[in-house]
Order: sequence, then C-alpha cells, then structure tokens
Amino acid sequence: MSDALSFHYDVDGESFSSAGQASAGVKKNLRQLGIDPEIIRKVSIAMYEGEINMVIHAGGGEADITVEDNCIVIVLTDRGPGIADIDKAMEEGYSTARDNIRALGFGAGMGLPNMKRYTDEMNISSVVGEGTTITMKVFF
Amino acid sequence: MTIREIKELLNAEVCCCENPDVDILSACGSDMMSDVLAYVKHQAVLLTGLVNAQVIRTAEMMDMRCIVFVRSKKPTADMLDLACSCGIAVLSTTKRMYEACGILYAGGLKGNGEINE
Repeated sequence: MSDALSFHYDVDGESFSSAGQASAGVKKNLRQLGIDPEIIRKVSIAMYEGEINMVIHAGGGEADITVEDNCIVIVLTDRGPGIADIDKAMEEGYSTARDNIRALGFGAGMGLPNMKRYTDEMNISSVVGEGTTITMKVFF
Repeated sequence: MTIREIKELLNAEVCCCENPDVDILSACGSDMMSDVLAYVKHQAVLLTGLVNAQVIRTAEMMDMRCIVFVRSKKPTADMLDLACSCGIAVLSTTKRMYEACGILYAGGLKGNGEINE
C-alpha cells in the first residue's frame, strides 16, 4: 500500500472569476502538511496557470495532485480542443487566446512556459478534438 | 519598505490591511498576470490597473504581501474578501502606473529583477 496522499479537484470552466480555487485549495492542503514553502509556491503557480488554461481554452477539467515520497505530481486533464502544435505552444509569447482573455490579464503566451519554469518535469499529451493531459512533477 | 511607507509615498487609500508594518522587499508593475507569475519573487508588492479576482489569486499564488491599484481603480467587495482571507493588503492610489512605480523606486524599493540578480 502506498503512503502517497492525493487530492482531486474539478475545475469549473464556466466562471473565470472563480478560476484558481483548486490551486488555492492545493496550496492550503500542502501548507497543512508542512511542506517547504518554496515547493508549495512552485506547485501552486504551475497548477494555477494550468487551471487558468483549462478555464480559458477547454471549458474546465480535472486536477489530481499526489504527494509522493520524493516529489509532488500534478496531473491536469481536460476534454477541450487539444493542442495542435505543442512545440509552438511552449514558445513564450505564442497564444491562441482571444483579446477578451488578454483584457483579463492572461493569454500572453506565458502559461505553458511558466508551468515548465516552475516544475522539474513536465509532459504534455494532447489529441486535437479530444483533450489534453499535462503531468508535472516538483521534486523535494 | 513597509506597507505603511508605500501608502504614504503614494498617498493611497487603504482598502484592507491587517499589518501595515509588513516589510516589502521588491515590486512589480504589470497588467498581465502571466508576466507577474513568471518573474516575481521576494515579498513583493504588485502595482496594477487590472481589476478582477485573478489579480488577488495571482498575488496569493506568488506569496505577495500587497497590491496597489493605480489610476484610482477600486477592487470589488468579493476581491477584498479574498485578499483579506489571504492576508494580502490592498491599496488604491490616484497615481498612474509609471508615476507610482517611479515614486516607489525613488523611495528605495528595488525591482524584482535587481533582487534576483
């Protein structure tokens, strides 16, 4: 039996203003576990960017966070439109977000690069028309 | 620089603030939250003209201590509730972004990039 602790969140795709609730919940849970604040910060930021992406692009999704012995694993899954060109999407400044999203402070093409910046491992699996799964790890 | 000093320098209105003596080590001025998420560190203050709940969420994720809304922008009651619950001070100033940043910089508050390097 594994000692790993897991948290599951449904990310509501309908409301931009409530985006970030899952990330805030994760941050609180990790604090209660006494995890190093810098690790919590990295996990929270990466997950928050992912959560915003799910709301902006995919109509919501699911987030699963697991605290392993040597790392924290974040898995974000959505059934949105998928990412046609992952290499392009990883470039800073490249975005398919519309102007109304930029007016809200996002959609500058920094989401995925920020997720990579704050995590030690990141893997994107995406099928156009079916959805995207992003797995990230932050090691202790 | 303390939150109290920021308030005085910017002649700002305090919308919520639990502890005005909290020390702020760096600053960032931006309306793009992803830029803030990319670069900010070190007990920072965020200066912004953007008003929505994600400004507070961004500051929360970054462990920021204070947000200053420039150009007389005012946060909504929901935003203030969220900021208070996260222990983030919120100020509002009539000054524009460039002016507000310049005043704080001249007052000795460094940019986040300078502290990182």
